[in-house]
Amino acid sequence: MADKKRFTPEEIVKSFKDEFKAKIKNTRIERRTKGPSKHEFVHIWMKVDKSIFKDSVKHLATLQKYPHLAVASGNDLGKTIELIYHFSIYYGVPLGEISINISVELPKSKPEIETICDIIPGALITEREKQEMLGVTIKGIPDSRRVFLTDDFPEGVYPWRKDETGPQKLIRNLHEVKK
Amino acid sequence: MKTKQTTKTTYHIPIGPIHPALKEPVAFEFEIDGERIVDVDVSLGHVHRTVEWTATKRNPIQILYLAERICGICSYCHPTAFALAVENIANIEVPERAEYLRVIQAELERICSHILWAGVAAHEIGFDSVLFLTWQIREKVLDLTEYLTGNRITKGIITIGGVRRDITKEHHPKIFETLNYLKDNFEKLRKVYLDDKTFRMRAQGCGILTKEDALKLCAVGPTARGSGVKKDVRVDQAYFSCADLDIECITPDVLTGEVNGDVYDRIIVRLLEVKQAIDLIEQCIDKMPAGDIVSEPKVAKVLATLKKASGEGIGRMEAPRGEVIHYVKLVEGEEYPFTWKVRAPTYNNIMPWVPMLIGEQIADIPIVAASTDPCMSCTNRVAIVDSGKKYELNKEELHRLSVEKTRRLMA
Repeated sequence: MADKKRFTPEEIVKSFKDEFKAKIKNTRIERRTKGPSKHEFVHIWMKVDKSIFKDSVKHLATLQKYPHLAVASGNDLGKTIELIYHFSIYYGVPLGEISINISVELPKSKPEIETICDIIPGALITEREKQEMLGVTIKGIPDSRRVFLTDDFPEGVYPWRKDETGPQKLIRNLHEVKK
Repeated sequence: MKTKQTTKTTYHIPIGPIHPALKEPVAFEFEIDGERIVDVDVSLGHVHRTVEWTATKRNPIQILYLAERICGICSYCHPTAFALAVENIANIEVPERAEYLRVIQAELERICSHILWAGVAAHEIGFDSVLFLTWQIREKVLDLTEYLTGNRITKGIITIGGVRRDITKEHHPKIFETLNYLKDNFEKLRKVYLDDKTFRMRAQGCGILTKEDALKLCAVGPTARGSGVKKDVRVDQAYFSCADLDIECITPDVLTGEVNGDVYDRIIVRLLEVKQAIDLIEQCIDKMPAGDIVSEPKVAKVLATLKKASGEGIGRMEAPRGEVIHYVKLVEGEEYPFTWKVRAPTYNNIMPWVPMLIGEQIADIPIVAASTDPCMSCTNRVAIVDSGKKYELNKEELHRLSVEKTRRLMA
């Protein structure tokens, strides 16, 4: 951790671009200041191609041995499903932590992505959640059971989807229920 | 001669979904060899209330109050993390005074939560007189919270761009009175938790989480810090006015000079954080500048600004149990957010339970499970399935086992 040189946000983005060239898109460094003394904090956002997703996490692990994975969130963007992995590195350094958000888009026809549990074992629960909530397939996941949904929840319904596979059918509006 | 073949069998014990150490339903399935835990499986989702989905039918101001109801103990950090995320997207500047007021509320909640936890931990090992002592102290802090915000639990204090109520000079006497009361009682608590022989016997060397495991499994909050991982959003990333306050990441070696990662270390971290929180509130009151408490007091105007905003953002803050992170995506022209993802700290502290519990005894389950301060609730029963025969251990039985272990150690 402390044994390695700490990169600035620009250097981090550059190292990703050098490594993966055109497969990294939409990089954005978001700087905000907080508090009376205007201390800065940095959120880096980047979109990676699905073919290099796992390599990009491996690359992140070279910057810090154990990148902290907070959670993965997801969006249904119509034709594609977007997964966003929220990492943070350089924690433990006062005011030095950098959040890195890596997003990856998967086509709805074949929503598959590789597991990162072998790099970050703590990713298991969030990967299981993405499987049940967004209907993506995590290849090589050590445990593919459901985590939050009950076992009797219908197959093929994914609560975070906004299309016909979404939860609309299951919703009962109280004002429409006849007495 | 034919030798009699013996196969080693293990028992399976399901615990939960409702359990005394867990303030929220969660189910464990333990594989037990004699008294030792060999393997643990955790299943979640018993109180999944589709809060995130509901939020896509609410506007950001309504979501603040919905977020408050995610958890009764962290009723401040969820709306705050949401507000931080939205402020990041829409570039809303928060007035300086509000940044300090936000820290005060956050630290008050931390004191309440840690003292509540300390009581629960004492109860788990059969030390009920300490439970009453801690909750008596917590009551004072709740009174102060009510005095400052109007409510004890769901405070409704945070809003997008600031806070809703100011702390004025008239409030100071009551604040200092409560803080002094806390300081007077802190020594008493410290003695009970850190010096008491029984506590040490039950907590030391129990439920160990190594630093390596804490890092690998992405543990957060006092659970990670108890294992020596220096990770605290207040220190690592500037939010509110934390960067201007004298604040340090607390790991158990501050007090004992070593890190074991056991239950005892997690107790140390939480106790010291109570002291730290008292200190932070004093610093805030001291340094707080005069000025506005909210960037835009008119809710309709805030909503109009947010309707025009577009983009995605994250809000992170250090809740009593660890880092809470919210992801929000807003789409221009839409009143409701496109996506809202809530990640509470316990989510990340589920996986570390496995290495903590493996190798421990059944009687240690309550204290070890409670030591991560899971956001969870009270046990009904435990069924021990022993080769087809089914025994049921109820809450009292499990609690009795734990108390008996304490008695055995004391004898």
